[in-house]
Amino acid sequence: MHVEEKLTAETFPAEPEKATLEGKNKFIGFWLFLGGETVLFASLFATYLALNKSHASGPSSQELFELPLAFIMTMILLASSLTSVYSMYHMKNFNFKKMQLWIGLTVLLGASFLALEIYEFNHYVHLGHTITGSAFGSAFYLLVGTHGAHVLFGLCWAIALMVRNSKRGLDLYNAPKYYVFSLYWHFIDVVWVFIFTVVYLMGMVG
Amino acid sequence: MSTVAQKKGFGAVLWDYLTTVDHKKIAKLYIMAGGFFFLLGGIEALLIRIQLAVPDSNFVSAGFFNELLTMHGTTMIFLAAMPLLLGFMNAVMPIQIGARDVAFPFLNALGFWLFFFGGLFLNLSWFLGGAPDAGWTSYASLSLHSEGHGIDFYVLGLQIAGLGTLIGGINFLATIITMRAPGMTYMRMPLFTWTTFVASALILFAFPPLTVGLLLLMFDRIFGTAIFDPALGGNTIIWEHFFWIFGHPEVYILILPAFGIFSEIFSTFSRKRLFGYSSMVFATVLIGFLGFMVWAHHMFTTGLGPIANSIFAVATMAIAVPTGIKIFNWLFTMWGGSLTFPTPMMYAVAFIPSFIMGGVTGVMLGSAPQDYQYHDTYFVVAHFHYVIVGGVVFAVLAGTHYWWPKMFGKMLNDTLGKVTFWLFLIGFHLTFFIQHFLGLMGMPRRVFTFLPNHGWELGNMISSIGAAFMAVAVLIMLYNIVVTSVKGEYVSADPWGDGRTLEWAVASPPAEYNFKQLPLVRGLDALWVEKMQGKKEMTPAEPLGDIHMPNSSILPLIISFGLFVAAFGFLYHPDGVSWSVPVMIIGGIITFGSMTLRSIIDDHGYHIHKEDLMDDDDKKGVEA
Amino acid sequence: MTNNTNHSNVDLAYRRRKSAEEMKHHVISFALMIFLTIIAFIAVGYGDFSPYLVVPFILLLAVVQVILQLYYFMHMNQKGHEAPKLFLFTGVLIAAVTVLCYSTIIWW
Repeated sequence: MHVEEKLTAETFPAEPEKATLEGKNKFIGFWLFLGGETVLFASLFATYLALNKSHASGPSSQELFELPLAFIMTMILLASSLTSVYSMYHMKNFNFKKMQLWIGLTVLLGASFLALEIYEFNHYVHLGHTITGSAFGSAFYLLVGTHGAHVLFGLCWAIALMVRNSKRGLDLYNAPKYYVFSLYWHFIDVVWVFIFTVVYLMGMVG
Repeated sequence: MSTVAQKKGFGAVLWDYLTTVDHKKIAKLYIMAGGFFFLLGGIEALLIRIQLAVPDSNFVSAGFFNELLTMHGTTMIFLAAMPLLLGFMNAVMPIQIGARDVAFPFLNALGFWLFFFGGLFLNLSWFLGGAPDAGWTSYASLSLHSEGHGIDFYVLGLQIAGLGTLIGGINFLATIITMRAPGMTYMRMPLFTWTTFVASALILFAFPPLTVGLLLLMFDRIFGTAIFDPALGGNTIIWEHFFWIFGHPEVYILILPAFGIFSEIFSTFSRKRLFGYSSMVFATVLIGFLGFMVWAHHMFTTGLGPIANSIFAVATMAIAVPTGIKIFNWLFTMWGGSLTFPTPMMYAVAFIPSFIMGGVTGVMLGSAPQDYQYHDTYFVVAHFHYVIVGGVVFAVLAGTHYWWPKMFGKMLNDTLGKVTFWLFLIGFHLTFFIQHFLGLMGMPRRVFTFLPNHGWELGNMISSIGAAFMAVAVLIMLYNIVVTSVKGEYVSADPWGDGRTLEWAVASPPAEYNFKQLPLVRGLDALWVEKMQGKKEMTPAEPLGDIHMPNSSILPLIISFGLFVAAFGFLYHPDGVSWSVPVMIIGGIITFGSMTLRSIIDDHGYHIHKEDLMDDDDKKGVEA
Repeated sequence: MTNNTNHSNVDLAYRRRKSAEEMKHHVISFALMIFLTIIAFIAVGYGDFSPYLVVPFILLLAVVQVILQLYYFMHMNQKGHEAPKLFLFTGVLIAAVTVLCYSTIIWW
């Protein structure tokens, strides 16, 4: 079978993710999906921008957000983007073990991000900023929560990839799968860049 | 695995269709389901017209009338028109570009089953406490306060079905980008493929705003958030913008494939290439692009202000230009051609004046000050039925006749087809032409009855009689389909005789792998180019070899079923029942569990061996 | 399918070098992203700058950072990305129109 043939560092193609028709299709299909996701998140951002001043009797954005936590979370997610770039570098070099290692690091960083976010949401709820308490609250949790749900889905995806392929090694069947995951993970970071700018930074400036 | 037809029992055929990932079978599923929902929507329309035939009627109650009009619109657009068009795109586009299937066959099946379960869920509302009743547009102020679960059925059902459509759009785009046969450049693709491409791009970008809008409405109704609730700082206009940012491109998603179908029909039955191919492609892309810039023309009376209204009015006028280009190109295609008028061509010729009438009333509606008079009257109802029925429904009926022999191997009876055509045409104009004047005379839409002595009685009666004509026409079409299936004779690969595009180069119906050898495309209207050089079939672009085919799978059905189950949990959650969250979780496990199974179980497909392909050569008279 | 010549060792060495060079670009991009992020946080956290100055500034920084992500981390600078570019930028255009609408004609 062509896709499962055992390759070596020499015979492994230069662009393994696009070396098969299935790989080409997954590559294009996933970029198309990201185009749609761009509009999806833009809609959530748009709703947030319309409603971020309507905090009813709850705290306003200036009272709520704090720079240090937002900064740490941003750094963690940015670092996880770099670790996933390293994993793709090792995939191109046909180094399966190192690729798995760097994806594992990506997962650890992503999980830390998520843990901090859960802590953050819990803290806000105690301050009176709830999803049902005001339009601002609803828009905030729906936007940032949808991003968080995407992070969680990505973590489950990465873990499934790592576990499923641990015995198999790298071949042309799973190379596109790893590549597509890394595109997804970068996109999540792209969305976060806008979240920390529009929600947290703009929220504190007023 | 032999490709010769085998005699199969009913159970085997059923399982085949439940697990198929073949684009041709999925197309038939879409057409059957879409056809069924078209009949359902038609019955809803008949009930509306019976209620409105006379003043002061209580044939149905006011509340039930609201449910009827909501479901008529929602069903016709989401569950009838879109699936029927998706069915044709599935059946025809891959063959037109010289491919063996779409880019993602498994996802293709998943898209169908998501639509099916979404549509099923929505229609179960009739039996479970009442259908949604806030119009197909479900504006947030009304829909937030609608009692009972009707709106929740709407929100959840459309969310599930919408996911299916989005998946289908991505699939078609990827297929056209990566899987065109050698020699098929973008500017050699048939117009139906181009319109599939642009409509799929519209689907990709228009459905996410609807997804977000439905998500927000679901959260407001089911979990008590405050997006649309002014008391806690929300704003109901947010829904309207999302709905129409989706809704306007949606109507172009409907009409562009219809335009594509007519482009094929005009050139085939004029025996002449489509006039102005490049400008047709350009016009299609421009219509798609402008379609995203005009949505607030549905909201002129909401108080956006004169500047916003003017911008959207001007953009709306602009869309008439590329559409006009297309109309002229179709007429110039016919001019000087060798014309024949089987049923598909009749629909195409009738489409031109009907669609133009709908288009010009659209320009009238696009003028913001005038719209203050027309808004929410029957003038609007007349406009959109002229463009949708005169455009999309005519195209679907035409496409059914045109491609039936390709899909099923038999020709529909042309005489019966013409009877259907004339009855439907007369009924359509009777019903909707008069509604322009009812609207101008002030009759409001979405109101369950009207008082006598306004001068509206005659118009409404005529309108209702027209509906009866259309109903009879549809019944005759059904009879045509049954009779053909039972008695019809099998046809060749090119039953119309003048096929220009690649779908007419393969058998009717095509072998499961479409092309034994992928064809070499040497110009626009690839098959016609070969015919003009005296060849009977396409030049192959590759030697005969093993053909790789995807495996069938029951997982798409199970994934969709899981979402269907979870939706019930969401639906009954606000009632405070103890089982709502467990049901959500069970549904989630079914769906995500199946998705995980799909990801971790290897699926490399199977191969049809070269030797089997060479056997078929002797047995079949027509070469694939 | 592949660029393999008969001299697979030469090919391999070339590819390894190209990969390493690309990785260098990635690390530089990463450093730039950190820098842009820090500046954005400083602009908001320190000093009494007017919001009319700060908000466009941090939005610009965000756009630059996203372009770096797309072109370097997501390989948009490599060939074979014509279709991804077309669809992503169309998505961005529609996204911009949506965001513009919601920041203006919702409450006016």
